[in-house]
Amino acid sequence: MPSDRWTDIGRLDDIPRRGARRVTRPDGLPPIAVFRTADDEIFALVDRCPHLGGPLSEGIVQGRAVACPLHGWVIELDSGRAEAPDEGCTQTIALRLVGNRILLSLPAIEAADGLHWEAA
Amino acid sequence: MSSPERLVVVGNGMAGMRTVEELLARAPERYAITVIGAEPHPNYNRIMLSSVLAGEKTADETVINPTAWYGERGIRLITGSPVTAIDAAAKNVTVAGSGAETIPYDKLLLATGSKPLAPAIPGLGLPGVRAFRDLGDVEMMIAAASTHRRAVVIGGGLLGLEAAWGLKRRGMSVAVVHLMPTLMERQLDTAAGELLRRDLDARGIAFFTNGQTEEILGADKAEGVVLADGREIPADLVVLAIGIRPNIDLARGAKLKINRGILVGDDMRTSDPSIYAVGECIEHNGQVFGLVAPIWEQAKVCGAHLAGDAEAAYVPPPIFTSLKITGIDVFSAGVLAAAEETDDEITLHDAKRGVYKKIVLRDDKVVGSVLYGSVADGPWYVQLMREKVDVSAFRDQLVFGRAFAEQAGAALPPIDIAAMADSEQVCGCNGVSKGTICRAILDKGLETLDAVRAHTKASASCGSCTLTVEAILAHHHGGAVTRRADPAMCKCTDHGHDAVRAAIIEQELTTIAEIRAAFDWKTADGCQKCRPALNYYLLCAWPDSYRDDPQSRFVNERVHANIQKDGTYSVVPRMWGGLTSARELRAIADATEKYAIPTVKITGGQRIDLLGLKKEQLPAIWADLNDAGLVSGHAYAKGLRTVKTCVGSEWCRFGTQDSTGLGVKIEQMCWGSWTPHKVKLAVSGCPRNCAEATIKDIGVVCVEGGYDVVVGGNGGVEVRVTDHLVRLASEAEVLEHVGAFLQLYREEARYLERTAPWVARIGIEYMRRRIVEDNDGRRALHQRFLASQREVQSDPWAARAGGVAAHEYRVLAAVE
Ligand code: SRM
Ligand SMILES: Cc1cc2nc3c(=O)[nH]c(=O)nc-3n(C[C@H](O)[C@H](O)[C@H](O)COP(=O)(O)OP(=O)(O)OC[C@H]3O[C@@H](n4cnc5c(N)ncnc54)[C@H](O)[C@@H]3O)c2cc1C
Ligand code: SF4
Ligand code: FES
Repeated sequence: MPSDRWTDIGRLDDIPRRGARRVTRPDGLPPIAVFRTADDEIFALVDRCPHLGGPLSEGIVQGRAVACPLHGWVIELDSGRAEAPDEGCTQTIALRLVGNRILLSLPAIEAADGLHWEAA
Repeated sequence: MSSPERLVVVGNGMAGMRTVEELLARAPERYAITVIGAEPHPNYNRIMLSSVLAGEKTADETVINPTAWYGERGIRLITGSPVTAIDAAAKNVTVAGSGAETIPYDKLLLATGSKPLAPAIPGLGLPGVRAFRDLGDVEMMIAAASTHRRAVVIGGGLLGLEAAWGLKRRGMSVAVVHLMPTLMERQLDTAAGELLRRDLDARGIAFFTNGQTEEILGADKAEGVVLADGREIPADLVVLAIGIRPNIDLARGAKLKINRGILVGDDMRTSDPSIYAVGECIEHNGQVFGLVAPIWEQAKVCGAHLAGDAEAAYVPPPIFTSLKITGIDVFSAGVLAAAEETDDEITLHDAKRGVYKKIVLRDDKVVGSVLYGSVADGPWYVQLMREKVDVSAFRDQLVFGRAFAEQAGAALPPIDIAAMADSEQVCGCNGVSKGTICRAILDKGLETLDAVRAHTKASASCGSCTLTVEAILAHHHGGAVTRRADPAMCKCTDHGHDAVRAAIIEQELTTIAEIRAAFDWKTADGCQKCRPALNYYLLCAWPDSYRDDPQSRFVNERVHANIQKDGTYSVVPRMWGGLTSARELRAIADATEKYAIPTVKITGGQRIDLLGLKKEQLPAIWADLNDAGLVSGHAYAKGLRTVKTCVGSEWCRFGTQDSTGLGVKIEQMCWGSWTPHKVKLAVSGCPRNCAEATIKDIGVVCVEGGYDVVVGGNGGVEVRVTDHLVRLASEAEVLEHVGAFLQLYREEARYLERTAPWVARIGIEYMRRRIVEDNDGRRALHQRFLASQREVQSDPWAARAGGVAAHEYRVLAAVE
């Protein structure tokens, strides 16, 4: 992925254990949620629930999953997948920890959803 | 070894794939199968598109067979390419697309479904005009709803109304244009159609009945529709749902016999013996089809014939429909009205409750029914229809439903679960058999209807088979579904709320981790159900020493504002007893302008809601409101919400006591407290009860010379009128009893249990014993309540405006 870039977005300690913080992006790109588990593992997901777009960064973090605040779907942090019986998936964002700093791999170009009008 | 015969299926929809499944169940090796579908998706459940549009299901949830399913069964799947021609003489089909391939067959199955009908009017080709048939249509409608405001749906039948409701749910303003005077006239009689219209009207959908659309307006996209009588309705999106027509183009090209649909016999064979057809594209005995129940029967017969069983013959089953609009119960089966000499109608019409039932009888047998508002007995009427039961013995009870007829001693044919074959289909919408439900109940230990729905999807679409699913559950659990006295808190533990609470006190457990260890929690972290509960239990048990765990709180309580559907927040300042002042109103007005707040609303709780703030703005607006003396209203909390009051003796000509003043005193005593669920109070100045005290968690109704304290009311999902606790003589006594009742609730109710279900579960006599009769006990409860309040009565907004928990309100980083 030569076009991706690593971006420093802050320190591990900036995120509470069993918590998340949000990283915003320009122009209509959805924000990213960065999670920290009880064991100091970190994960990043696009901050949108696969159900109806709820902000996952506001959910309750449990093990390696988060419960969406809007209707309670549980999303796995490593895969972005919803736990059964719900079905759906949220995009994961690669990241790495260098010392205490969190680096995100941000896709260079990402199209926002467009509206396609078609004739019947 | 002879190579298998080649079966080609045209149409990757519900009928075609169900037939393939039926065939595979009988003769998995017999054919080399190729499936060709015009849509780019694997096989999905078309019925659920309405729920996808309404936001109740995701597109992924509708998939019946994912792509891998085909591969695992050796089926070649071609998606996104329609078949363009059949050469019946040479026995092959031509597929469009880059390769324009020709595929030979020994047997051909046509399952091309139907096409949406369009009225012959100008403007049909404009962008923004769409039918409601497939996933592509739904995706377009969802996208339109997120960027545009107004929709017109043409057609007030099943499909049109579901489209209208879905778009309404997605925030559009919706008008329905319908040619006929009443809605769903093919499934409902006039009376039921009128009730339906009234209910949908109340949900904000506009209707133009007797409306003939003459033109769709717009230069380069749809802008509105014009009706024949000159009425004009503006629209950004126009949805066509006036009906469907069998898709018979291919069959016509192949010179098969057609009429309205492709003609088939009882064996599902067309006029060409190598070609079969099923689903909405066929015509059988003069009948065409638009619902899945008869199509599942066709699939069964066709699958049997393809597998070599020449005996199977199609007999259309009784057809019933219901509307998939949450909260609106409609059911219709068979004939809608008495038509012949020997026909009879029994009706029950309770317009006020919105209940309507009609049973049509022919020779003392049920031949049709229309139900509105109360549809639980629908499947029973269908059973009576199917089994042609003579109902003359219980005719008088018939319209009141099965339970009533049974009580009245009628000998009814039972829903015999034991005699039901495992293969028998229970849920027509999702194609779930009795065997599948039983296996799920046994393997996964399911105990509730909801659990069965989640795991099997049975009764999760239209719901008309709910009764049967419940009967199967009851059958497995030996008669009735029994409930535990203290049900397990969540999937992390087998222990119940009451046991855990008792142990917190007895074993002096002081942290969430200690509780998890003491009870062998199955998960390391707990989950969103148990963590907030444990956090609350500890807070209640050790008010002075327990340190609240913000990460175990639902977002609203963690950030002290209510999250909204779009991720913004609302701010509701406290207005003591519903009182406010020029200074407070000015501060609210100023903040509204300063933060460009889109909506300011008077709540149902006598205060003001500022909606649509970004999280980052919260500390600043709180600081501004604090300056005018406004503090958090805890509209987000499992805690004290509001104390509503009326004007009382200070102004009102009937007021007996100072209800406003007493309300303010109560609110000042109780604000800030954390409780198992939210708590709402009210004080009315006389029995006219303008503050609605008798549907509150705690109400005070002032009377001449005293105060009636009432508890356990609720105006929410299930309305419950309060129980009378005690009549008192002074305000001081009222305060003590209110505090004691709240503390008893705090200490003994289960997390997320409102006072209404709690009082109903425990009984008001117990509350009277503890609070009215036991004077020392009451005082001790009241003291414990006041003690718990010492820690929490400081404004959380002021703290956060001053920098507490700052990380909550700042983004971690803003990437450019
Ligand atoms: C704002 C308000 C509607 C309005 O515009 O008037 C409102 C709004 C909400 N109500 Fe309500 N309720 C509001 C008065 C009521 C009332 C009337 C009352 O309090 O007198 C009731 C019926 C009375 C009752 O509760 O007994 C009411 C019964 C409910 C219920 C059903 C509770 C039940 O036990 O059945 C819920 C759902 C729940 O709590 O689980 C609910 C939940 C909600 C939530 C919190 C839904 C949510 O979880 O997002 C809404 C969001 C509030 C927000 O600001 O974001 N709201 N809600 C009212 C706020 C009053 C206030 O000043 O704090
Ligand atoms: C929104 C909605 C809600 C509904 N709700 C209910 C309900 O609650 N209850 C109920 O009983 N019924 C309901 N129905 C009706 C039900 O979905 C249909 O009766 C059923 O899907 C018909 O099955 P079918 O296989 O005949 O047609 P379809 O499911 O439409 O399948 C036909 C398939 O063939 C494909 N095709 C057509 N021509 C070609 C070609 N030349 N080459 C390749 N592929 C081709 C089509 O693209 C389509 O995918 C609903 C329908 C809709 C649209
Ligand atoms: S409850 Fe009584 S005192 Fe209060 S406004 Fe109504 S009539 Fe007046
Ligand atoms: S938006 Fe996440 S559960 Fe509904």
